[in-house]
Amino acid sequence: MMLLIYLAMGLVTLAGTVVVLSREPARQAVSLSVFGLMLAILFVTVQAPDVALSQLAIGTAVVPLMIMLTIQKLGGRQ
Amino acid sequence: MSPRARLVLFAAVTPVFAVLFFLAARGLPSFGSDFHPYGDRAVAVAIEQRATDNVVSSVNFDQRAVDTLGEEFILFGSVIGTLVLLRPSPEERQVGQRSAGRVLPTTRLAGYLLLPVSVLVGLYVIAHGQLSPGGGFQGGVVLATGWHLLYVAGRYLAMRRAAPPTVLEITESLGAAAFAAVGLAGLGLGGAFLANVLPTGSRGELLSGGTVPLLNAAVGVEVAAAVVLLLAAFLEQAVVLRRVDYQDQR
Repeated sequence: MMLLIYLAMGLVTLAGTVVVLSREPARQAVSLSVFGLMLAILFVTVQAPDVALSQLAIGTAVVPLMIMLTIQKLGGRQ
Repeated sequence: MSPRARLVLFAAVTPVFAVLFFLAARGLPSFGSDFHPYGDRAVAVAIEQRATDNVVSSVNFDQRAVDTLGEEFILFGSVIGTLVLLRPSPEERQVGQRSAGRVLPTTRLAGYLLLPVSVLVGLYVIAHGQLSPGGGFQGGVVLATGWHLLYVAGRYLAMRRAAPPTVLEITESLGAAAFAAVGLAGLGLGGAFLANVLPTGSRGELLSGGTVPLLNAAVGVEVAAAVVLLLAAFLEQAVVLRRVDYQDQR
């Protein structure tokens, strides 16, 4: 079980670094979504399924969608 | 701030934070140990006294329900704030196309097929909050995101018409008010705000946990309406409204 937790932590660290290092907002929104998915997996491995569900719904769906819509709006203005 | 200045600030602050964080975390009980004084009491109350199998729900909607009331109104307030910020400005006109344009038939089919599935999952998660992981918040968000499969399927107009903002605003307010009303009922009947006054039933049944399913339903309605309202405001800005120069208006 500890091995799974460490593996999930490693994935979170990796995905988080990718989010920080991607410079283009549209790509950042997609990598943020992947980061959210990894966090949800980490929450499942530490036996917090309730939090994992919230994270899955908000972090991987709603927040990246709002960012994408904002980019769409700003892109249309330029 | 220039990228270089940011990097310098990062390098200066990070070691300090790392040391303080390490010192703070040293006082915590070690990971995976079996010393959980709060957890043991919460589990005992949830299982033995309140017949709520999902202890997290018991903590959120029964033992510490006041915290959840606060969170609910945080969401309520932030959605109102966002709606105010995203209202159409005077120089914006509805010039964008109201249909979503060309949608691939497979995307349309996937949207239509997944819509009933996600609505069912959302309702299930809300209704079973006292039994299994999930509850009003998670289920409400699933309902709201599932609803937007209509937009993915290219039915933006139909989606707008089926749930006008006024109806959503009233639904959201009613959901938030229902939570407070259950709390006041607890005050009147049980002597404490949000006291669990309903019969708790027996463990594992759909209607167990006393007021927990009721509060979950209230939160589910509030969250679903709030997230649909929020995304509708973003969609309206991104899809329909365009900034029009004063030149063009004349």
